[in-house]
Amino acid sequence: MSIMKPLRAVGIVGYGAYIPRFRLSASEIDRVWHGGEALAPIREKAVAGLDEDTVTISIEAARNALARAGIAPSKLRAVWVGSESHPYAVKPSSAIVAEAIGATPETLGADWQFACKAGTEALQAAIALVGSGMADYAMAIGADTAQGRPGDELEYTAAAGGAAYIVGPAEEAIAILEGSYSYVTDMPDFWRRPTQHYPQHGGRFTGEPAYFAHSEAAARALMEGLHIAPQEVTWAVFHQPNARFPRRAAQELGFQPGQIAPGLLAEEIGNTYAGSSLLGLSAVLDLAEPGQRILQVSFGSGAGSDAFLWRVTGRISERRNAAPCTRAYLARRIPIDYGTYVRYRGKLQMH
Amino acid sequence: MREVAILGLGQTPVGEHWEISLRDLGAQAVVAALKDAGLEAAELLVVGNMLSGSLSHQENLGALIADYAGLRGIEALKVEAACASGAMAVRMAYLAVAGGLVDVAIACGVEKMTDGSGEETTTALAAAADDLFESDQGVSFVALNAMLMRRYMHEFGYRREDFAEFAVNAHRNAARNPNAMFRRPITHQAFAEAKMIATPISLLDSAGIGDGAAAVVLGPVDWARRQGGAIIRIAASASATDSVALHDRDDPLDLQAASRSAQRAYAQAGVGPQDIDLFELHDAFTIMSALSLEAAGFAPRGGGVRLALEGEISLQGRIPISTMGGLKARGHPVGATGVYQIVEAALQLRGQAGENQIPNCRLAMTQNIGGSGANVVTHILERLA
Amino acid sequence: MTIPSYWRTRKQRLSLQGEICPHCQRRLFPPRDICPYCNGPAKVAIPFSGRGRVYSFSLVHNAPAGFEPYAPYLVALIKLEEGPLVTAQLTDVSPDEVSIGMPVEMVTRKLREEGEEGLITYGYKFRPLLQAVEAS
Repeated sequence: MSIMKPLRAVGIVGYGAYIPRFRLSASEIDRVWHGGEALAPIREKAVAGLDEDTVTISIEAARNALARAGIAPSKLRAVWVGSESHPYAVKPSSAIVAEAIGATPETLGADWQFACKAGTEALQAAIALVGSGMADYAMAIGADTAQGRPGDELEYTAAAGGAAYIVGPAEEAIAILEGSYSYVTDMPDFWRRPTQHYPQHGGRFTGEPAYFAHSEAAARALMEGLHIAPQEVTWAVFHQPNARFPRRAAQELGFQPGQIAPGLLAEEIGNTYAGSSLLGLSAVLDLAEPGQRILQVSFGSGAGSDAFLWRVTGRISERRNAAPCTRAYLARRIPIDYGTYVRYRGKLQMH
Repeated sequence: MREVAILGLGQTPVGEHWEISLRDLGAQAVVAALKDAGLEAAELLVVGNMLSGSLSHQENLGALIADYAGLRGIEALKVEAACASGAMAVRMAYLAVAGGLVDVAIACGVEKMTDGSGEETTTALAAAADDLFESDQGVSFVALNAMLMRRYMHEFGYRREDFAEFAVNAHRNAARNPNAMFRRPITHQAFAEAKMIATPISLLDSAGIGDGAAAVVLGPVDWARRQGGAIIRIAASASATDSVALHDRDDPLDLQAASRSAQRAYAQAGVGPQDIDLFELHDAFTIMSALSLEAAGFAPRGGGVRLALEGEISLQGRIPISTMGGLKARGHPVGATGVYQIVEAALQLRGQAGENQIPNCRLAMTQNIGGSGANVVTHILERLA
Repeated sequence: MTIPSYWRTRKQRLSLQGEICPHCQRRLFPPRDICPYCNGPAKVAIPFSGRGRVYSFSLVHNAPAGFEPYAPYLVALIKLEEGPLVTAQLTDVSPDEVSIGMPVEMVTRKLREEGEEGLITYGYKFRPLLQAVEAS
């Protein structure tokens, strides 16, 4: 197993988060579907408003990332959105985001799809683009407005949110990449055919053979390849389909609960799919100190995991206040009831 | 330049005319006006209309109405200035006669609004606003006026209820106008409780949608002298424009096109606001009544509502408005409205306003506003002995 | 909005790009070829900050065609810090929280979509300033 390092040292020069303000509590779903019986894997999840979608979430996250990077948007040579809820099946979200933030016309702009790891796959590509010398700056975004089938267990957690990362030269970075790794196999754990609104999933099959096997394989390979033990990493961020899975993965890999706490947002916002580990990372970057290491591991059904090791630099303190922190978005919450949620998520047959 | 008079006038009632088409409404008004003038022909027909293309899929309205009114072959055209199309048609007919090139010109305002759905009509009316940067933002025409009303309330400390008299006065007068669309009086209470369309504008702040046509026959004053009876001269005809979008104006509460066209009209007629006996203003919304009174110099900025609160806008007041119901209650078939205003002003000056008659009136002012103040046409009519 | 019209207005809708008149320095939004203040040609593009204050607003109950799914919604006239007024919807705020003079910032949101198969129109809306919060 070999880890990946670009020829040119790169890092995160800017990052930004966005979470919509509406929250649907698990108890509301309990009330409507399960006679009040509490089956909740999280407390509440973030729900996109009527005028929001993956594109609008990406645009705000991208603007926040640009504010922290302090670079002219025309310097971006790629704007890549990874999601499983792109508004168009054909017409890239990435191009709309690029136009909105002023990165056009000299840019790449395709969309990425790999369930919840679409954003981190785009991040690997951004690292490669900058690391190869083809560009100085590239942006990767993971964002989703995921839908759960009404009444299904995934409805508790399928949520909306996203985060954007600008990769640039290590000399300008607030967190330098020490190495990355990707572990992908063909898994039938969760899928959606093109004409279907809602995905299908394999129930408990999505756990051990899928989430845990891939996340832990990627994490172990990266740490071994870099000769780093869990105690030498300050923070760990995992993909968060709920709060239980990342806690168990952390424990199995040898991390302490305190190491994953700041990056664990699922209780408050649910599973933001392609945004999940990227939002967890942004919450950690909001409070990390120079010199600290962050292990970030995503997981996308289908299936695969991307793992990254970041080392925070001295530049973080001056740059992170240029945009709202993740908690500012977490703190703004408007609870809604199930009926309002159904209206907002377009689940009513109107025609 | 020669003096122009109104030789004849005609109007259909304003209402939901399921059985009468756009062309027939126009033809009826033209025929009635010619009959009233004692004439059988004219040289020019100017049709004022805003929505024939979007709602009736019909343009070429000048030729069409001339034909259906029995005037096939004469010169004819449609003019459009949004909700000021009617008065603009009168102005164009006036210019032709005043300039000496035409002896008899008819101005006919006609609008058919009830054939489409409410949404189609609302969307079509939004064309009076800026399509790209107002309408495309989801701002309805009502919402634009609603923002003006709220700003006005904020700047001058009024409440919604203070605007009631504009609506109450209009409905009171319309009850006595057989051609009006809404003929039931309303109360201040009903106004306060009316349903919101776009806050703070309610159903009772806004003129209703309807069908209608009105026409005037214009000719040289000498012809009017030969007719006998009261001579109604056009003492002034003036128009001015402003930006279409509200947001392009430095001070949205200052209807500059309205004040400019009013000032030009006063100058042409050699009179001032103190000489005007009645003002058929553009009360599409109660806020427009207030702003129109201020723009024409009847009240200082912010004082338009005060005039209403003090009872000065009623038939007995210092400056009666909406004397036959106004846009609010007589109705507002948008492209026709400007001609209705002139017909009603002329009826007042002739002494033919029935129960709404203002005694001894000699000078009547009419003002027709296109969009939220983008194109404003003002006329002053004078009764010559 | 036709397809070409949608495309022509993209820079205004997506990034509030306006103009500065090089003769009299007035900021213009939306852009136009002739400055309405000094009548000189005005073609220098500049991005606007997106910050402004509410000049007036209204809660729209009867929405025009295409906007019905969103009703009731707030519309406003916003006085941008560069000077011009702009007409736009307000978002992320409830009607009883809005006041004239309130500071707002621009965000990009969905304005409308033509059914399930049509184009999605994105554009500017304004929301109250996001409150700053401590990270930990």
